[in-house]
Amino acid sequence: MVEVVLWASLRRFADENAVVVVDANTVGGVLKGLVEQYPALKPHIDRGVSMSVDGRIIASGLNESVARDSEVVLMQRLKGG
Amino acid sequence: MALDGAEIRDFRVVGTRPVRPDGVDKVTGRARFGADAYAPGMLHGAILRSPHPHARIVSIDTSRAAADPTVKAIVTRADFAEGLEDEDWNILENVMAGDRVLYDGHAVAAVAATSALAARDALRLIEVRYEQLPFVTDVDEAMKPGAPVIREGAADETVPEGMHPNIVRFHENGHGDVEAGFAQADLTVERSFRTEATHQGYIEPHACLAQLGPDGKGELWCCTQGHFAAARVCAKLVAIDASQLRVTASEIGGGFGGKTTVFIEPVALALSRKANRPVKIVMGREEVFRATGPTSSASMDVRIGMRRDGKITAAQGEFRLQGGAFPSAPMEFAAMCAFAPYDLENVKSVGWDVMCNRPKQAAYRAPGSPMGAFAVESVIDELCNSLGLDPIEVRLMNAAKEGARAAFGPKYRRIGLIETLEAAKAHPHFTAPLEPGQGRGISCGFWFNHSGETSVSLALSYDGTVSLSVGTPDIGGSRASMCQMAAEELGIPYENVRTTVADTGSLGYNDISHGSRVTYASGLATIEAARDTIDKLCHRAAQQWGIDREAVYWQDGHAKPSGPNAGEFEPLSLAEIASNMGATGGPIAGHFEITPQGAGVSFATHIVDAEVDRETGAAKVTRYTVVQDAGKAIHPSYVEGQFQGGAAQGIGWALNEEYVYGEDGRLQNPGFLDYRVPVASDLPFIDTVIVEVPNPGHPYGVRGVGETSICPPLAAIANAVSNAADVRMTHLPMSPPRLLKAIQENAVG
Repeated sequence: MVEVVLWASLRRFADENAVVVVDANTVGGVLKGLVEQYPALKPHIDRGVSMSVDGRIIASGLNESVARDSEVVLMQRLKGG
Repeated sequence: MALDGAEIRDFRVVGTRPVRPDGVDKVTGRARFGADAYAPGMLHGAILRSPHPHARIVSIDTSRAAADPTVKAIVTRADFAEGLEDEDWNILENVMAGDRVLYDGHAVAAVAATSALAARDALRLIEVRYEQLPFVTDVDEAMKPGAPVIREGAADETVPEGMHPNIVRFHENGHGDVEAGFAQADLTVERSFRTEATHQGYIEPHACLAQLGPDGKGELWCCTQGHFAAARVCAKLVAIDASQLRVTASEIGGGFGGKTTVFIEPVALALSRKANRPVKIVMGREEVFRATGPTSSASMDVRIGMRRDGKITAAQGEFRLQGGAFPSAPMEFAAMCAFAPYDLENVKSVGWDVMCNRPKQAAYRAPGSPMGAFAVESVIDELCNSLGLDPIEVRLMNAAKEGARAAFGPKYRRIGLIETLEAAKAHPHFTAPLEPGQGRGISCGFWFNHSGETSVSLALSYDGTVSLSVGTPDIGGSRASMCQMAAEELGIPYENVRTTVADTGSLGYNDISHGSRVTYASGLATIEAARDTIDKLCHRAAQQWGIDREAVYWQDGHAKPSGPNAGEFEPLSLAEIASNMGATGGPIAGHFEITPQGAGVSFATHIVDAEVDRETGAAKVTRYTVVQDAGKAIHPSYVEGQFQGGAAQGIGWALNEEYVYGEDGRLQNPGFLDYRVPVASDLPFIDTVIVEVPNPGHPYGVRGVGETSICPPLAAIANAVSNAADVRMTHLPMSPPRLLKAIQENAVG
């Protein structure tokens, strides 16, 4: 199981939980797990999110590995100028 | 694919300063920019724009224009795709208005005629009847009850119920208990700040040449930061298949984020399809100001608590950004970046995306971050002054380092903020005496940097030279850096590599040149494509020698047997293997395709001296030093150029640049006479210090450098001016009237 930290304004779409536990070993699996538990997160995830796994910022990589003890933080989708 | 771990090695080409490969073309006029494209039978397009900030389009009568023999096509919204959703719909609505115009300058119709003059004249023959509607152009006014509504239903689920419909997105991040943190503070400062919208100010106006036939096959030549994205978006907007539209990026005369989207390209394509002839559109400067993306304007509140020793106990910010008449303001990045330089136990940031009757904002170097840094770093400066503390020591005490939890959530990997602060502290500028009437300002800044889809191809020629194809337009000298990295890996001279920005038909999809990603991502792909090529070269050598591939290694541009057991063979150079490649298995080329995931965040610290004329309110920057972590500077001159460019644009943003809207809701200063960017005489020499703390996510340690350099200037300059004028400046730009008013009010008050 992986603990996923949500940014604060997402928490009301996950029953006010700051951390959601999902069974996954990839970034894509984490996102799927989040939506399965809290369907209200789906529009946010569909619009695109990034994820930090042990401090490594994954802008868009569904197949990237996530370990059981990884620090996983959901982030707004990154872009630039 | 595991790419982690920057290599510690002695570089031969990387880190040197070779002559830029595009230099001769640019100084001799041989370089082809967007407006330099021509095609046989070409028509010229022009776009009719709204004179109103908000109005319903009652009717558009094109009959008189259509009767003009010079006019070959007219398009309105009816000539574009239907059924688009989300951001695709937003882009189309911005490119060509639907039933309402949403800002002064919004496109309403377009014509293609036999000359540029004829096209402009024909616009006068189009009659548009408008029903004017109430409008709002100020971010705070747009949030108030009773403000004119830009568009009902534009808000997403994040916006709490009961908010005004112009508030379309909400973001919050942070951790800890800020109120408990403020209770521990010896001094808390709370201030409100404003920044005005500024334009990216690129020299080259948008320009394109489009050719689209009735068979749905087309070509587009345009000035863009991302031709692959342009192909994808344009294809949707004119309802053709993306692969049927081949897009070639021209040389680019600046972008800074403003050329990451499309404005005129879909219009030229639609006109071309209708006329069945090529159509060229070149924007005038006024159009660039009125109808392409400036950055957001911002209204912000920041509160920071500090102990007497300088330790920050709590920090809180609210960032309200308007992004024009569409949901797009980068308020989440303002909120995420503002406190990113600091290791804080208690921090909370919220952001609001607000719509106004202004053009759709476009990215501008580190979108959102400069405004947030301005507010936060100004309050830190005020706290330092009030508590009699050194501004660099306070920042060092609170600085984030590896393992610190960022305000936006994760723990940092290896970062270089402390190294930039130490370098700034050691720089002679920091301790140089100030003249009377001068002040000094310090600021830190942060940007994430980005990765994105990347595809690179590297092909050998028979003479042993190398052609490298990348899909990221060169907006900051990347062709030189790519040549260096390819030459480094292959062990050949820099001059033996030529890098070309290939069209969309020649490579896999490439993300836009944005997010300071090019030297990182295309560079990483170039290194891996070179390694792929080396593998093939070693294979050819092994075949020639009759030994296993594993018994051959590559060193200094040669394939060599790996030891006595492999056999005694004379090393084969790249040129020798290439000279015979047709007869030994065929052409040799290396490829690499990836969305890399290791873009390293970066930090900067700026030192600014400014002096203020207390009689006129004029402020001048007298000395400027940029210290920034580049990870690894591939071509140090270009890195320094990025540092200096960010500082120069920051000086304009801080002191003079401003979108001014009148009571009529129209932009009052759409030209460089009234919208004042800094000229050479406004700028001091901008000194630079490159700090190199390697990014573990790149083979050579590269971090993006193009955006972080514009994050600290607003605050550093505001702190310098505030200290010089002895009044805290909270509204940018600090133009002479605004600064003089603050000085006079402070004297009275």
